Amino acid sequence: MIKILFFAALRERLQCRELELVIAQSCQVRDVLNQLQQQSEKWQQTFSEQQLLCARNQQICNLDTIVQPGDELAFFPPVTGG
Amino acid sequence: MNKPLIKITVQSEDFSLADEYQLLAATPGCGAVLTFSGLVRDDGETALQALELEHYPGMTEQALTGIALLAIERFKVKAVTLIHRIGTLTPQQQIVLVGVASSHRSEAFSACEFIMDYLKTKAPLWKKQHLVTGSDWIAAKSTDAERAKRWDLT
Repeated sequence: MIKILFFAALRERLQCRELELVIAQSCQVRDVLNQLQQQSEKWQQTFSEQQLLCARNQQICNLDTIVQPGDELAFFPPVTGG
Repeated sequence: MNKPLIKITVQSEDFSLADEYQLLAATPGCGAVLTFSGLVRDDGETALQALELEHYPGMTEQALTGIALLAIERFKVKAVTLIHRIGTLTPQQQIVLVGVASSHRSEAFSACEFIMDYLKTKAPLWKKQHLVTGSDWIAAKSTDAERAKRWDLT
């Protein structure tokens, strides 16, 4: 099981702040993304339309990063603080 | 050499520039204190009502601490204060404070710019603008990415 968080425009678009997902023993972020996209057409479309960043355990990562049960993943749009 | 001092805060409350300056000015051996504060800008054309700032609790603090450490290592500054506000802010209110104490002015100027450039492209914070005509999320600017590249950040 992993925890997945969504922020800002992505969170609003998906109408989802956080969810839990059962994953294989260890897989890549891209596999998690595929799994999320299969949820519905809206999820499929949202993830393919927007430029997104991802973080594993609160560190910026990429699609090749290995994810393990117990991890916290997050997806979000490019940042705009400051 | 004294251990560098780092203060990182993510808060909804306002901050006092004078208080933060005093803290930095008390840094042993410092000969320069530089503070930058960013405000909510209403350029008059968009009729901004408010700005809403969302962040990723935990990761924001980690990212800001990381940049403060990088600035200390790179510019040998003695103290860094970084305060970022979250929640709903109105025009002219303070959003962000970067403060640096160092031996001389040149490293303080460089460190301050470095920190702001990094923060704008790396710290997980997002702005949503509320205008008279509606609300939308502010898109990341390519100019900010260009500025960050000057420091060889990937």
